[in-house]
Parts: sequence; C-alpha cells; structure tokens
Amino acid sequence: MQGVVNLDAAFSALADPTRRAILARLATGEASVMELARPFEMTQPAISQHLKVLEDAGLVTSRIDGTRRPRSLAKPGIEAMDQWLEMLRKALETNYDRLDAVLAGMTETKKKGGKKS
Amino acid sequence: MSKLTLQTEGDTQIVITRRFAAPPAAVYRAHTDPALIQRWLLGPEGWTMPVCVNEARPGGKMRYEWVNGKGQGFHITGEFLDLNPPSRIVHVERMFLPDPTPDNHVETTFDADGEGTLMTIRMNLPDAQTRAAMLSTGMERGMEASYVRLEGMIQVAA
Repeated sequence: MQGVVNLDAAFSALADPTRRAILARLATGEASVMELARPFEMTQPAISQHLKVLEDAGLVTSRIDGTRRPRSLAKPGIEAMDQWLEMLRKALETNYDRLDAVLAGMTETKKKGGKKS
Repeated sequence: MSKLTLQTEGDTQIVITRRFAAPPAAVYRAHTDPALIQRWLLGPEGWTMPVCVNEARPGGKMRYEWVNGKGQGFHITGEFLDLNPPSRIVHVERMFLPDPTPDNHVETTFDADGEGTLMTIRMNLPDAQTRAAMLSTGMERGMEASYVRLEGMIQVAA
C-alpha cells in the first residue's frame, strides 16, 4: 500500500490533535516512536496506534535502521493532499473571480447615477 | 494571484478567506440577492443555477439548484439563523447528492479592509469524518475536471 493515497483516510487522520502534532514534529525530520512519544503524555503503544493511522493514510512512512524503525513524512501522500487542497482553492476561486466581475458591475451602475445601493 | 485561502482548523472546521475590491455592503448583497447569486455561484464552466431561493432573514430558507445542461444536477437547502447586514450571515446547509449530507453550520463575515472587504467563511461540520468526506469528495459537486486530474495525480504518486 506504500505510496497509495487515500484522501478520505488522509483527511480523517488529520482530524486528531495528536496526529497533527506528530506530523508537525516529523516535518522537522525523522524520529523514533520513543522520540515521538516524549512530548505527549502517552504510552508508546498509543503513539504507535496513531502512527498506524497515519501510515495507512499514506502520510507517514518508516525505514528499518538496525532495531529502530524511524518514521518520516511520506512525501507523495503529503503532496497529494496539498495538490487536492490547491484544486479546491482553484475551483472556489473560479466562483470568486466571477463575483469580482459582478461587484465591479455593481459599482459602475452606482457611478452612472443608479440609486440602487 | 492567491487571494483565496482554504484551511482546516481544529477537528471539524474549514476556514476560507478571500478579499474583494468592493465594500462589505456590496459583497453582502451579492450573497443575499438571488439575481446576483445566480451570476457567480456556479462552479465549473457550463453549470447554471436555475433555482435560487435566498430568504435572508432569521428563519428564512435557502435553496440553490445547479444543472450542467447534460442531465446532471444537485441542490442544497438551508436555513438562516442570524444576519447582521452587511457584516455577518449565519446559516446551516446540506447538499443532496442525492442523499442529504450532514448539516454544515456556516458563519460568513464581511469585514471592511481598506477600500474593500475581507470575507471569512467558517464551516463547522458535525464531526471529523464529515469534514474529511467534504474535503476529499469535493466541496463543489461539479468538480469533474478536478476529479479527472486527481486520478492522474494519484497514479503518479503511487
């Protein structure tokens, strides 16, 4: 499943403050489960559970380093979410570009002496 | 030109901001006058809004229906909760796709920003799952072009 992006799962994964904090920490570089657990008052199994959700969503990945399995951000997943949000922004922007034109027309009507306000 | 921002906030909110050159009274009117709404709230090319009911008063109803001229369409219904012209609109809405989505509680504010307006839309979904579905399946039903591009994108990422 590595690299497969499930946007539903990805946005669901973001809906938890601990998981958002884990992503924020991983944005600064890879970390072990122990390092990730430290700032939270949580057990390592609890953190591992959150990491599993993030991994299943395609947002976090791990590599094997001897006995350690350091986690890092999964670039394709993060980028897919970014791109998706960018498309939503563009779709909304289509509406608001049209609204800009409507608003410009309203101002002009007023300047021409229309009493509508 | 990146005038629009779209962000998630907390567990259940989506916040959109956009600046306009016109003053709050004009932007407010463009959000509450059906004849004006029908000119811009249309989504992708080719879609129109043949039905636009907007009773902008507390307890008033809203109903927007869109069609693409190819037999596809969808609608939303809603109710106004609170209005403070020209600076604030609070309403609930749901989309019919065709089943109704969970209620989206929306607060829209129009703040004077120099000569223009800063609009902030704060959507509050009932839970995190609903917000996820809203973001991932499209806040705009008619985003066909985007879906096609998304498929391409996921293949590249995989």
